[in-house]
Amino acid sequence: MFDWQPVILSIKLASMTTLILLLLGTPLAWWLSRARGWYKQPVAAIIAMPLVLPPTVLGFYLLLLLGPDGAVGQVTQSLGLGVLPFTFAGLVVASVLYSLPFVVQPLQNSFEAIGQRPLEVAATLRASPVDTFFTVVVPLARSGFLTASVLAFAHTIGEFGVVLMIGGNIPGETKVLSVAIYDHVETLNYTQAHYLSAGMVGFAFIVLLLLYLLNNKKTNGVS
Amino acid sequence: MSKNITAQFKTTLGAFTLDVNLQLPGKGVTAIFGQSGSGKSTLLRCMTGLQRAEGVLHVNDALWQDANSFIPVHQRPLAYVFQEASLFAHLSVRRNMEYGYKRLAEHQRKLAFDQVVAWLGIGRLLDRAPDHLSGGEKQRVAIARALLTSPEILLMDEPLSALDQKSKNDILPYLEQLHDELSIPVLYVTHSADEVARLADHIVYMDAGRVITSGNMSETLARLDLPAYMGEEAGVILETVIAERDTQWQLLRVEFTGGSLWVRDTGLALGHKVRVRMLARDVSLALDKKTGTSIQNILQGVVEEIADDKHPGLALVRVRVGESPVLSRLTRRSVHELQLSVGKAIWVQVKSVAVLE
Repeated sequence: MFDWQPVILSIKLASMTTLILLLLGTPLAWWLSRARGWYKQPVAAIIAMPLVLPPTVLGFYLLLLLGPDGAVGQVTQSLGLGVLPFTFAGLVVASVLYSLPFVVQPLQNSFEAIGQRPLEVAATLRASPVDTFFTVVVPLARSGFLTASVLAFAHTIGEFGVVLMIGGNIPGETKVLSVAIYDHVETLNYTQAHYLSAGMVGFAFIVLLLLYLLNNKKTNGVS
Repeated sequence: MSKNITAQFKTTLGAFTLDVNLQLPGKGVTAIFGQSGSGKSTLLRCMTGLQRAEGVLHVNDALWQDANSFIPVHQRPLAYVFQEASLFAHLSVRRNMEYGYKRLAEHQRKLAFDQVVAWLGIGRLLDRAPDHLSGGEKQRVAIARALLTSPEILLMDEPLSALDQKSKNDILPYLEQLHDELSIPVLYVTHSADEVARLADHIVYMDAGRVITSGNMSETLARLDLPAYMGEEAGVILETVIAERDTQWQLLRVEFTGGSLWVRDTGLALGHKVRVRMLARDVSLALDKKTGTSIQNILQGVVEEIADDKHPGLALVRVRVGESPVLSRLTRRSVHELQLSVGKAIWVQVKSVAVLE
């Protein structure tokens, strides 16, 4: 009997993370693409840190920070939310931080590629800044949004170190796909490990193929 | 209601300072003319609000900017045409044109979509993507898109300078037509004397961030302190009406206030208004009315001003022919030999004139 629970949990985690990241990453990337001050580079460096840090480092500090004695843990407890480590919510928080650069960087690049001119044109055509953002910037940055979403989703599906540190291995709550594979291998249950792993290989290929196909098509797309 | 434009701006960008105080007419085409780096585009951007500068801006009695207020760009009833067409790449030609149009309330739309399409001759382009247009077509779409916002003022920042000569020649007739059809003021930034000659009613000449002169086109072009900047292009524009056709010799006689000229027949109808351009280098002066000359156009005038030209051997002379000023570029030796002086009656021999159309 194939256990779908880790797969469903992974998809749920990746979907929520992607959604939150787009809401959070878009204004952040926009701000970075327009910022001119000295503070731009340090902020960009902090956002990019998950790219170079071992996931266990990130997981370790998050564990301390979100834990009962950590600064954030204190706040969540006083708000009656309990502590986040070893819960699904904790996984979402960790995944958002971990995948942040995968959303911010493609968005920032495509925002920068748009340049100032289309915004100026829109302003002279009576569009307010918010109107301009949704009717000019978002459509022109379409490939950036697509890349960001796919990378955030796929990267979250694939994460392991952070999940293990902050989420542990609670079936139905924090036992996501990658952890389940590790578990199966540990218990020498290679058949189940094969199902999941081969599924992941196929998934990765299809996702990347779709991404390339869509980005390629974009150049012809005009509405 | 006074229909005019007051623009005072002072701003510094690095080593460049823009410092202007202008009164401009509330109708017709005002050419903001000058070399690159003279601050003409900066002035235009300050007027749109795309660039912030300290100053005061009134357009047709509406206050757009002063020390205490600043109307954001998108709330100003202006239209702006950029040097590059800057069409939205993700929208078709039609959707590009509708972008500003749709953002107006119905009662604000003074120009009909189809009318603007017809003016600019872009009917067959509507469903294309901007990528599939030529440079000239793109700029025509950009102009149409701007006009469809029913602006109270149209600002154009060197709209032809990014185009090749052929595209320029394709667009100029459309701009000339707009000049005749539009009742709103147009501010047209350019460094092309040819575009000024064909389109402008009023000229603002800028240099190093300052206004050197601002005034009516024909009088401004005839100023002797300005042609030095214009070099070989120094000359005057005359507004004329076609009065007579000589079918045997393929010529037209055009009348202006002060005389008439024979020009090549361009096929235009009698009564049609045309601008003709008379370059200072094509005008010579004589004390007597010459006979036995190949020159067809000889006018009578009075010397009004004599000034040194850029080259020490040359002089510029302004002669008043009727009400119209005419410029002549002579050697200083000629000025001496003819004993030219202000107030002297003189014959003006025009070797060639160009009909602008």
